[in-house]
Amino acid sequence: MLHTFVALVEDKPGVLTRVASLFRRLNINIVSLTVGHSERVGVSRMTIVCEASPTAGHRIAASLYKLENVLQVDDVGQLSHVARELALIKVAANPKTRSQVFELAEVFRARIVDLAPESLMIEITGVESKIEGLIQVLNENGDRILEIARTGRMVMRRGQHTSKVLEAMRVPGVETPEELKAEEESAAASDVLMAEETGFRE
Amino acid sequence: MAAAKKHDHDRNPPAHTTRLTGSEILWATLEGEGVTTVFGYPGGAILPAYDALRKFPIRHVLVRHEQGAAHMADGYARASGKVGVCVATSGPGATNLVTGIATAMLDSVPMVCITGQVSSKVLGTDAFQEVDITGITLPITKHNFVATRPEDVAPMIREAFLVARSGRPGPVLVDITKDAQQASAEFDFAAAAPKPHRPHPMLKTESASILQAAELIRNAKKPVILAGHGIIQSNAGAQVITLAERMRIPVASTLLGLGAFPASHPLSLGMMGMHGEAWVNHAIQSSDLLIACGMRFDDRVTGTLATYAPNAKKIHIEVDPAEINKNVKVDVALIGDLKEALEALLPHLAPRDAKQESAWLREIEAGKGEVAVRDIRNLPDSGHLYAAHVMHDLWRATEGKAIVVTDVGQHQMWEAQYYKHDEPRTLITSGGLGTMGFALPAAIGAKIACPDKEVWVVAGDGGFQMTAAELATAAQEHLDLNIAIVNNGYLGMVRQWQEFFYDKNYESTPLLSPDFVKLADAHGIRGTAVSSRSQVLPAVTEARAHKGPYLINFMVEKEDSVYPMIPAGSALHEMIRRPKKSPLVETAQDK
Ligand SMILES: Cc1ncc(C[n+]2csc(CCOP(=O)(O)OP(=O)(O)O)c2C)c(N)n1
Ligand SMILES: [Mg+2]
Repeated sequence: MLHTFVALVEDKPGVLTRVASLFRRLNINIVSLTVGHSERVGVSRMTIVCEASPTAGHRIAASLYKLENVLQVDDVGQLSHVARELALIKVAANPKTRSQVFELAEVFRARIVDLAPESLMIEITGVESKIEGLIQVLNENGDRILEIARTGRMVMRRGQHTSKVLEAMRVPGVETPEELKAEEESAAASDVLMAEETGFRE
Repeated sequence: MAAAKKHDHDRNPPAHTTRLTGSEILWATLEGEGVTTVFGYPGGAILPAYDALRKFPIRHVLVRHEQGAAHMADGYARASGKVGVCVATSGPGATNLVTGIATAMLDSVPMVCITGQVSSKVLGTDAFQEVDITGITLPITKHNFVATRPEDVAPMIREAFLVARSGRPGPVLVDITKDAQQASAEFDFAAAAPKPHRPHPMLKTESASILQAAELIRNAKKPVILAGHGIIQSNAGAQVITLAERMRIPVASTLLGLGAFPASHPLSLGMMGMHGEAWVNHAIQSSDLLIACGMRFDDRVTGTLATYAPNAKKIHIEVDPAEINKNVKVDVALIGDLKEALEALLPHLAPRDAKQESAWLREIEAGKGEVAVRDIRNLPDSGHLYAAHVMHDLWRATEGKAIVVTDVGQHQMWEAQYYKHDEPRTLITSGGLGTMGFALPAAIGAKIACPDKEVWVVAGDGGFQMTAAELATAAQEHLDLNIAIVNNGYLGMVRQWQEFFYDKNYESTPLLSPDFVKLADAHGIRGTAVSSRSQVLPAVTEARAHKGPYLINFMVEKEDSVYPMIPAGSALHEMIRRPKKSPLVETAQDK
């Protein structure tokens, strides 16, 4: 089954290798892995999707934690979350066939972000199935797909608004630095604001 | 990681905040961490560090091969409980450490390995003796670092020590470029202290689990404690003894757990698993509760998992959350420092009713009888020398008090079966990786860590030759080390597998060896050969009395096997037993 982990890691050279190497060592195939900045400088956020047995989640999370550069791991598979992926799709299209692709893009709430004499580029954001749906329809329509670039899944848990990074960086028994405290307070304040908007469910 | 806090040094570190070279910072930081001895081998990329060494009160043991340096640091750590340190140059020096690092990783031994590296200006250019040692050792270290600036050195080394000994211990490597050794930076030991570690968030010894565990223990009719290496590392021997005695629970041990619970204790069953005695494995198979303390249900102790302890509930007390439910699904997990977990558990357990316990202990005891009869130690002296005799007499002569460092193979199992270890850290052996060549260098490390302890190497004729060059190190360091070679003319353990599973096709296992006594003599080391049972004790006595290294070449039965044996992949109770019609046993009985 597919497992999805969110890992907060130190933004240092070699950290990606350590994470990837762990999956290789456990003989688990990574389906997708996205990395980018988190809400705090020096901490990156990874979303890792992998194929493993249903019982493997605990061991993967526990092993990730054993990496010195990993601050926090969340096995989000079972929890309520929002998942998104972004894809860029380049389709062969000339001035005569374009409008048909425009229509399709419209239906999928995708955008055309580049137009060239013989091709155009679609940007689409959504859950994987939505992106795959568009690709399928393009194929069925006979539109020739020239290139696809997908980011892989990114996820965020619903409703938990405190900064995971701050939580992860706090060491029990150690004074929380003033700077962290201030950030936490402002994070908590924005929770209140955002809580009012959480009526939204997909 | 709780353990880490306890080990934190409160000794006064060097008080200077001075400008030093990276090399000087290296040694000053090691000194500050309490290091008195390192094991190493110099070369170009680590030469600046060696150049600065004489200014510091640190003993450097020159090895003959870097694998030896890693095993020595490992043996030093296992014997003392401190962090072992080894040093090597870049390229081949660093790659020679690899087997030793993996050995320490698989057995969770705290170790810091320091390697020289080419200058940061040429990193990644395939410069002379450049190798990506942090890449190579990534999966066999707990963590590793590259220091490219002198100011990196102290914080990285200090963090390496913290990581090595915290939580589940293990090796850490610090790769230091040559220019980082040569350039200068401010040195402030205290300021380089690592940030305290965030405990593994999955550690949990919740009171609910403690109560659940206590409940299981109270209700068990056939409980067994499985004693592992974690007891020694967490220093939890006393708590395990209390648990066993209070609840009258017999204790079975893993190979690395031997010594954690005294072998002479009436509740001690001995070693479990592939070469464990039959009654031990039977006890586990018919148990209704296993209490696993600091062990990881390795395949060598469980046999096939499908039939492992089918009627037993399982409590797993373990510091590494990744071990929980890895091989064996457990009912209650106490994830954390073993000693702390047991201390939390014990107040919930009232002493067990004596009647209830005795039926179970009697059942186990009944299984022992038949085995004792077949024990070759009980056979009349047939003139044949069995390794079992050697181990038994060695145990008697040393009163079970020596540190025995074994190699890997049949002799290792015979040692585990016949040498009764009553104290933790008295058996040092490569369990997880099973590294031949481990014994001699690891024993050198152990002897240097514990100079007042009697130390014995027990090695096979095969494994001894893998690192025999370290005889010269033992001689150069004037170590009072005793070496027993169990010489059966074979790569014995492999021959045994060939005998059982490959139709006695002894392909590439008969082994020609040098005359080990002459080899010792060439190093200025005294030695003698023994080929009959009556000579064993006198030779051991002579070796013990001799100051300085002493080697005994025990010429034992060539084709003896280790019994019982559970074939890999079989159930724990499906043991191959010593055949009654074994030619060796028959000739002995005929007399
Ligand atoms: C470095 C290494 N290579 C190969 C093996 C596989 N192996 C395990 S036991 C053994 C035989 C050991 O022979 P010896 O040292 O003579 O000990 P004996 O079994 O005869 O007591 C071998 C080859 C190993 N464990 N380690
Ligand atoms: Mg041999």
